[in-house]
Amino acid sequence: MMILESLRRQPAHGYALVQNIQQRSNNLLQVEEGSLYPALQRLLKARLVKAEWGISSTNRRVRTYQITAAGLRHLEQQISSFERMFEGIALVLNPGKLPAS
Amino acid sequence: MMWLPASFRRRELLNDLSEEMRLHLEERTEQLKREGLSPREAERQARIAFGNLALVEERSREVWQWPTLESIGADIRFALRQLLHSPGFAFVAIATLALAICANTVVFAVMNALVLRPLNVPAAENIYVVGHAQSMWGYESYPNYLDLRDRNRSFDGLAADNITQAGLDTGKNPSQAWLYEVTGNYFDVLGLEPYLGRFFHAADEHGPGSAPYIVLSYAGWRDRFQGDPGVVGRTVLLNKHPFVIVGVAPPGFVGSFIAFSPDLFVPIVNRGLADDTGLLSQRGERFMSEVVGRLRPGVTHAQAIADLDSIGSQLGESYPKDVDPLLLTFKLQLPGVGGAFGGAVKAFLAGLMLMAGLILLAACANLGSLFAARAADRSREVALRLALGARRVRILRQLLTEAMLLSLAGGAAGLWGSVILLRAISAWRPFPQFPMNLPLNPDANVYALALMLAVVSGFLFGIVPVRQVLRTDPYQVIKSASAGSASAAQRGRLGMRDVLLVMQITVCAVLVTSSIVAVRGLLRSMHSELGIDPHDTLLVETDPRQAGYKDAQVPALQRRTIFALKALPGVAQVGLVSSPPLKMGWDDTNIFTDETADLRPSNAAANAIYFSISPDYFQAAGTALLMGRVFTWNDDEKAPHVAVINQEFARRIFGSAAQAIGRHFKTKEGGRIQVVGVVEDGKYTANVAEGPQNAIFVPILQNPRSDAWAVVRSSSGALQLASAIRSKLRDLDSGLPCFIQTWSEEMNGAFFASRMAALSLGVLGLLGATLSITGIFGMSAYSVSRRLKELGIRVALGARRKEVLQAALGRTFKLLAIGSAAGLGLGLLATRILAFIVYQATPRDPVVLTGVVVAMALLGLVATWIPAQRALSVEPVVLLREE
Repeated sequence: MMILESLRRQPAHGYALVQNIQQRSNNLLQVEEGSLYPALQRLLKARLVKAEWGISSTNRRVRTYQITAAGLRHLEQQISSFERMFEGIALVLNPGKLPAS
Repeated sequence: MMWLPASFRRRELLNDLSEEMRLHLEERTEQLKREGLSPREAERQARIAFGNLALVEERSREVWQWPTLESIGADIRFALRQLLHSPGFAFVAIATLALAICANTVVFAVMNALVLRPLNVPAAENIYVVGHAQSMWGYESYPNYLDLRDRNRSFDGLAADNITQAGLDTGKNPSQAWLYEVTGNYFDVLGLEPYLGRFFHAADEHGPGSAPYIVLSYAGWRDRFQGDPGVVGRTVLLNKHPFVIVGVAPPGFVGSFIAFSPDLFVPIVNRGLADDTGLLSQRGERFMSEVVGRLRPGVTHAQAIADLDSIGSQLGESYPKDVDPLLLTFKLQLPGVGGAFGGAVKAFLAGLMLMAGLILLAACANLGSLFAARAADRSREVALRLALGARRVRILRQLLTEAMLLSLAGGAAGLWGSVILLRAISAWRPFPQFPMNLPLNPDANVYALALMLAVVSGFLFGIVPVRQVLRTDPYQVIKSASAGSASAAQRGRLGMRDVLLVMQITVCAVLVTSSIVAVRGLLRSMHSELGIDPHDTLLVETDPRQAGYKDAQVPALQRRTIFALKALPGVAQVGLVSSPPLKMGWDDTNIFTDETADLRPSNAAANAIYFSISPDYFQAAGTALLMGRVFTWNDDEKAPHVAVINQEFARRIFGSAAQAIGRHFKTKEGGRIQVVGVVEDGKYTANVAEGPQNAIFVPILQNPRSDAWAVVRSSSGALQLASAIRSKLRDLDSGLPCFIQTWSEEMNGAFFASRMAALSLGVLGLLGATLSITGIFGMSAYSVSRRLKELGIRVALGARRKEVLQAALGRTFKLLAIGSAAGLGLGLLATRILAFIVYQATPRDPVVLTGVVVAMALLGLVATWIPAQRALSVEPVVLLREE
């Protein structure tokens, strides 16, 4: 989900994705960089992203990933179901308060 | 189909991946270097941040692997383990299937060889045999053939052939050879190329006797000339006439009749030399066994038949005296036995195929209920897997994989067995003298059929437990430890297994009915009135013409032969006959009443089988004379023409035997023939299933025949005589080929069809019976074990033995009765087909009816004996203690 969200903002190659996610989570999510790749392969296989070789802004040969239409739809579903789950958890943890929305 | 391009591109994808990860590490290293780390430290940190490179790569690769294939592999491994756990079950299943598939493959291979496989010539789909619409046989006379060939506009070529024998003398050891006499265009019409040398062609024919050429068949070249390539151009003697060998036919070609393997082919125009009867010019002599042609492209069957029929009606108008009006309409058949014997063979093979199919179905039903029982026994395992989160589809796939493994193993074993069996059948020579050709070697069709049957049957019995698995509720099953609870509700109604069992018993009853009918027909035909006594009798076939004798020399030699043989010690009587009764190949003739003046075929009073015999033939053959006299040596060509007729003929034409003596009739040659004696009826053609036939016997001196059989009745053992006869004949003429066999052996040919029918049906019947015994046994054993506790309670409450049995096996017996009744009905319908082949195969035979009922009851008894014993020996105390 995080990968798809990053890619929705802008196409990127693997290294840039790692950097991006780490920065945006304020380095809270410290994962092994390598674990990105199996996830990327799954997305590729499910046709949620597509990849192509190109040259980056720093003049490197990179494989850039781009989200597809199916990926966008999938992302929206995921986010909405995640939000519902989150809402549920929040309600359970703070039974007194109603959520803002 | 997403996986298709993906799997092609897999290597590329994986290369991309490795490259990408390498670049990632590189970029991180550079970043770290820019942050001030040493190159080595930077690389180390980069690797640490990345994690286990190999593992990541492995995980990423897995994404692209083929999940279905790999898990199917796992299924297969698991299924193998499961089957190895229960070797008995696996063995029974594989053996059952192997038997059923073997039966199917063998029957199919025979059908394939006899009926389905086309002639081995180029563009065989256009080759047709021209037959008579109203006759089983395609015999045609040479002049008629010439008219058909020259006047038709539907065929690219029309050839004709005749199967016959001749004495072949290659310089040593004269022997009898089987050959095709063919028209000059024969090989060209069939589109063949010679293996060696050349063929003869239409252009080689310039009237009778103009083409003394021989084309050897491949087998003839190999067996009689040891495959000598120098044989082309050699001159050999055929019936003492010189013929030049011009070529050898290709290996796969045995002539257009297919089921017969000749030694050689000669042009039919040379028949005049080989056989001095001048048949080529007689329009009434339908001696050519087959007219075969290549249909012109674009001409339909109907057009070709209309074309031939119009020629036929012209012939009928032009030659009313010589042409039988019944034989002027035509039909097109496929070459080979299937075409020639048409209906009967095809119907019988189709019937066999149907029965073999039924056997397979019964086997599937059997295995299906085994599988269902097994699935029920494994319901706890299934429930556990479901509870652990396995999908139902996955569990079904597992069961189906097991079924497929079993069925493929069974199919392989069955195919192996059938190949062995087919080899044995191919090598078998049912007629010692006649070179039959049964190329039963299995081809791609046969293998494909075996594979298909295995897969289909695996699927059939594999899906039987599907509903059971789909309905499994893991919670219920695991909670109630005893697995049998679910079935209590469904005991009242007809379950899947009941239907399977009834089906199986029905199939079995059909098979048992038809095999009893066939065996009984065979027994009856053995004891039927044959009109001859073949015991202690030898048949000696000689043809003086094959040793160069002509005209009056032939009867003289025959007479010398008879007296010489009679003089041998141990010989009781010797008679000569043109063709012994019940032999393949007989003569018949039209009979006219004495008053008929216009002897055209349509005026004939009857048709009769016709034998030329020497004076003592009836005593030698063991045919009883009922009235009048037999012939003497004085009934020669100078004496008035006389005949002995059979009872049937006497009754039909003259009213009775007594009225027939002294009366006259005519044959188509016009001479008046006086009846001097009446003999008992018999069987005459090569089919013991024939009905009553008219027969006439005429003196061989008045109707000379060169190819005749001496019937030698011995007073002691017949077999010891053979060598004495052979040396005696050599004394008479060393160049005279002869063939000796006992009459009983020769008659095997006549009984061949019904024996084969009885044998194959008997085997199928046994198979079916075995299958249904195991099926009933499985069913009743299962139902007894499932209800053991209930039975125990019944016994504890004081039920009597009869009631216990009733409770345990009543249902099974009811199913058995339903199935047997249905099977008996169907079986009786099936005997209509059998009636073509098996002598007096009538379903309305009390022995058959009671036989079937008794057989089925016995089957039921045998199959339920052990479960019944188990039900009766229930110890309520032991059972209840188990709770």
